[in-house]
Amino acid sequence: MSGYDSALSIFSPDGHVFQVEYASEAVRRGTCAVGVKGKSTVVLGCEKRTTLKLQDPRITPSKICKIDNHALLAFAGLNADARILVDKARVEAQSHRLTLEDSVSIDYLTKYVASVQQKYTQSGGVRPFGVATIIAGFDANDNEPKLYQTEPSGIYNAWKAHAIGRSSKTVREFLEKNYEEGMDDEKTIKLTIKSLLEVVQTGAKNIEVSVLKPGDTIEKLSVEEIKKYVEEIETEKEAEAEKKKPRSSDD
Amino acid sequence: MDVILGLRVADATIIATSKAATRGITVLKSSDDKTRVLNPHNLIAYTGEAGDTVNFAEYIQANIQLYSMRENDIELSPKATASFIRNQLATSIRSRKPYQVNVLLGGYDVASNTPTLNWIDYLGTQVELPYAAHGYAAFYCTSLFDRHYKKGMTVDEGLELLKMSLKELEIRMPLDFKGYYVKIIDKDGVRDAGSL
Repeated sequence: MSGYDSALSIFSPDGHVFQVEYASEAVRRGTCAVGVKGKSTVVLGCEKRTTLKLQDPRITPSKICKIDNHALLAFAGLNADARILVDKARVEAQSHRLTLEDSVSIDYLTKYVASVQQKYTQSGGVRPFGVATIIAGFDANDNEPKLYQTEPSGIYNAWKAHAIGRSSKTVREFLEKNYEEGMDDEKTIKLTIKSLLEVVQTGAKNIEVSVLKPGDTIEKLSVEEIKKYVEEIETEKEAEAEKKKPRSSDD
Repeated sequence: MDVILGLRVADATIIATSKAATRGITVLKSSDDKTRVLNPHNLIAYTGEAGDTVNFAEYIQANIQLYSMRENDIELSPKATASFIRNQLATSIRSRKPYQVNVLLGGYDVASNTPTLNWIDYLGTQVELPYAAHGYAAFYCTSLFDRHYKKGMTVDEGLELLKMSLKELEIRMPLDFKGYYVKIIDKDGVRDAGSL
């Protein structure tokens, strides 16, 4: 301990705020979450921990949360911290509707979430949220998909495709290699699942996927649907491997 | 002096509200909708102090929708919604400036497949009724409802009874209400049944 991480709002001599960096470490250790933008869809996917033998999977909370009819938030990091952040976002979304008679834009929602996270890096008696979020959705009367990310420090960015959490670097590199502009719904969902499979070994039962479309349409894919995609991806991969195999000596 | 009427029939609840928005002796608008949809199976109709009404209804609406967001798209039941509204008004009446709002809550309980109608006033009185009205309209319509309401009426019979009541209002009351909006809440949710 260097003494610069006991209180939150203290800089270390070389300009770091250690507590915020520890929060980012909590994010790196959290389960992976992915967001991919298609032509007229946004898909969110995340790694789901295996439920224990005696655990009831029906009431175990999801890591992809509905903020409003047109917006989803996926997170990586501390579940308990995220719950609070998600609730604040939900209240803001309704409050925005109440005062302005309009739903929140995804841009506004992201700024709000990021500013809450920022506040918790500069106030007394609190600790930062150990949570990074991916916020996806559509603005009112707009068919343009939106995808943003926020970090514990309060930084936010817009992305075409992005990953946060454990092994997010691997997933991000995979997305960079395989992302195409203007993908249709099917292709976007497939890319999301494919990228997640890079880090999730156990397959469909440990993946969760939600699809957003214009006009307040949010679909949560069932395990069977995800399984179908996973199988499709696996046969493709096998075919790929078959092609690459060196030819046998008899031809 | 707005008219809001509610009627519970066999498999739906019907709500009728007058279209006139008045201020003193002036009609400001003849297409005012005095209802808000709270969630897919709940509709609130309101009368009272101008300004208070819309503010209160939209506050309730935001809270009911927030509940659905928090609870994974579960709808708050009509009974719970009515209790929530009653509680809000009962808290308000004990404050420095209470809301002067009376409401009817038309709902359909998806769990038990029953239509419901709740009458709630600004004092925090809440009752579940087969038919209800607020304000002056109640004086004229309750007797008609008493006489003609039958258990297990169809939606069409209900609409007929509403028409009868609204006609009585036009005959007996010195005001023009500029017509009425009719909303039906049933198992498929809230729908517009045009205007009378």
